[in-house]
Amino acid sequence: MVNLTINNMKASAPEGATILEAARDLGVHIPTLCHLNLHDIKMVNRVGTCRVCMVEVEGRRNLLPACSTLATEGMVIRTNTSRAIRARRTIVELLLSNHPKECLTCERNQNCELQSLAAEMGIREIKYEGPRLKSKKDTSSYSIVRNSEKCVLCRRCETMCNEVQTVGVYSAIHRGFETVIGPAFDLPMIDTACTFCGQCVSVCPTGALTETDDSADVWAAISNPDLFVIAQTAPAVRVALGESFGMPVGSQVTGKMAAALRKMGFDRVLDTDFAADLTIMEEANEFLHRVTHGGRLPILTSCCPAWVKFFEHQFPDLLDIPSTCKSPHEMFGAVAKTYLAKKLGIQPEKMVIVSIMPCLAKKFEAKREELAGKEAGSDVDYVLSTRELARMIREAGINFNALADEEFDSIMGESTGASVIFGTTGGVIEAVVRSAAVWLDKDNPNPPIDFKQLRGIEGIREAEVKIADKTLRIAIAHGLGNARALLTDIRDGKAHYDAIEIMACPSGCVGGGGQPYHGNNIEVLKKRAAAIYKEDEEKTIRRSHENKEVQAIYEDFLGEPYGEIAHELLHTHYRKRDLL
Amino acid sequence: MAQETAEQRASYPEIDKFYDSLPDKNGALIPVLHKAQEAYGFLSQDVQLYVAHKLGIPASKVYGVATFYSLFNLEKKGSYRVNVCLGTACFVRGSENILNEFEKELGVERSATTKDGLFTIGSIRCVGACGLAPVVMVNDKVYGRVAPEDVKGIVDEYLGKGGE
Repeated sequence: MVNLTINNMKASAPEGATILEAARDLGVHIPTLCHLNLHDIKMVNRVGTCRVCMVEVEGRRNLLPACSTLATEGMVIRTNTSRAIRARRTIVELLLSNHPKECLTCERNQNCELQSLAAEMGIREIKYEGPRLKSKKDTSSYSIVRNSEKCVLCRRCETMCNEVQTVGVYSAIHRGFETVIGPAFDLPMIDTACTFCGQCVSVCPTGALTETDDSADVWAAISNPDLFVIAQTAPAVRVALGESFGMPVGSQVTGKMAAALRKMGFDRVLDTDFAADLTIMEEANEFLHRVTHGGRLPILTSCCPAWVKFFEHQFPDLLDIPSTCKSPHEMFGAVAKTYLAKKLGIQPEKMVIVSIMPCLAKKFEAKREELAGKEAGSDVDYVLSTRELARMIREAGINFNALADEEFDSIMGESTGASVIFGTTGGVIEAVVRSAAVWLDKDNPNPPIDFKQLRGIEGIREAEVKIADKTLRIAIAHGLGNARALLTDIRDGKAHYDAIEIMACPSGCVGGGGQPYHGNNIEVLKKRAAAIYKEDEEKTIRRSHENKEVQAIYEDFLGEPYGEIAHELLHTHYRKRDLL
Repeated sequence: MAQETAEQRASYPEIDKFYDSLPDKNGALIPVLHKAQEAYGFLSQDVQLYVAHKLGIPASKVYGVATFYSLFNLEKKGSYRVNVCLGTACFVRGSENILNEFEKELGVERSATTKDGLFTIGSIRCVGACGLAPVVMVNDKVYGRVAPEDVKGIVDEYLGKGGE
């Protein structure tokens, strides 16, 4: 421990702590911008580029950045002298001089760290009118919009992309005033190895990185009387959407969400969770098929489209190990435009499927050629993030907080607890194991349902699950850096598992790139995950194969799981992609 | 280019040889880029991708470093790189006029290359020969106390030689 004084208060801090950390422990607020410490997921951005956290240290001529200066024995620090306050304000004023003055129309309006900082500093005029960086918006991808003009060069996206996700799309390029954070050769995002996980968007403090906004197209579809517009919602959306309306983190708003979607004018409000149960049926049977036919193990889950694109770029030699299952919302679209269309007597080409997802990668996924629908257009027509849905609910003038709970429509609205937990790391594999525990141990009258050894927050977890006389060796990774470590071990023959779950985003879908901003607080993700498990416990049916609507669709339409029709509609293939 | 895979890319034996000879591979990027530029004239996208692959780092990092340092060329340069010093001492002694004169004489603007691929005009900041101001460099050769009327002579000196 080191002893120091901050603003005349005695403090002690652990060895290696920064001035910023010591001050926070003492309850002293020092404003920051570039700094971001989410050490639980290895995201530590301590680059000291923005200089917003400057403080005065006795005996030092210059002000020092609190975020990247270590607290040392006997240090006397003042965070609130007029010199420090003036310096910080000047720094923010200079940042603003090279920032578009379009807060009113910015995606991040009222949700921007730079805007908050300007308010906190009491800045009332733009003092410095200088040149501004001119840069073209990159709207090439279906998922992420890059607007370098709004970039403050905090480098958080670069740290996330390189250190946590190990994708390495972003680097600081060019020099001085022309510096931008971007891909190699100034390539458009669509031509890079970007997985579109959207974690860069999650940590961007300003409007430099945002999601592609598809809300206008969805409104147009809803208001077109010739179209039959169906909403389907992913499990992680229902435990995060409430945050956008000021509700406590971890609020479960499944019923309000269904009510809001109906009020917005969707013709059917259905659940991606139904398709998650379908995914379990297919994936579990694919797994059993591999086991009995000597196929390659381990099987890797394929629900996460950012993960899928990651292995297409980074592990093209391992394309035969991921499951061929489409992701749940794609399965949903494929059966909606065939099975459901027929049941409802609606022409598939008049059907519009809108997926509401915690994810930005799903936007790209929906545009994949191989996921073009059997009947009409794509399996999925539009993907909206949780954030976009929240904005649309507001636009529609719906008082979300006052809505009474409503149910999903039927059919394709029923779901089990097993499908809900898809929304957090470990959930997909637990859902598989829940059904396997029944199938592989037919004599057990009370097969276990909770597999807590599969839950948790560590980046890579492994567990052995004993069912009857069999032992399943399972691994789980979330965050693409962790996935890379696991995949490398498999490629090198160092790791032997039967089944592996991988999610690209730290914490899984609850921490998805399309979720409400977590405000740089990892506790938010933990509370969302807890809400997911609560939602699961509250379900009467908690095993995918017990979903009545899923049983019915196999009986009426699909035939055998992993059978011929299922193959055509519910499975896909992968391709090698270049590494850029 | 974008769809090419690593195996299909051209090979760059000079880069291999140099990289393999390095005792410490840490911090190899800048020396490797120097070597690559020396061997292949400039850092094409293919060369940068090759270096990224060789060093096991993202192409964005290589491009970031290559665009940061002005001494790295991302485009093919002329056989003769004419660089006029615009450092303080040279500038006050009229080097801007010399640069203008080169542009006039060669018919291209600064940082561009003549159609015949012989000359690229550029500027540099102080070569540490302020006593000779204004200074012009053509490749590695330094010309001191240059006046605008000397420009034609310097150009003619290389025109006679043809390309390298």
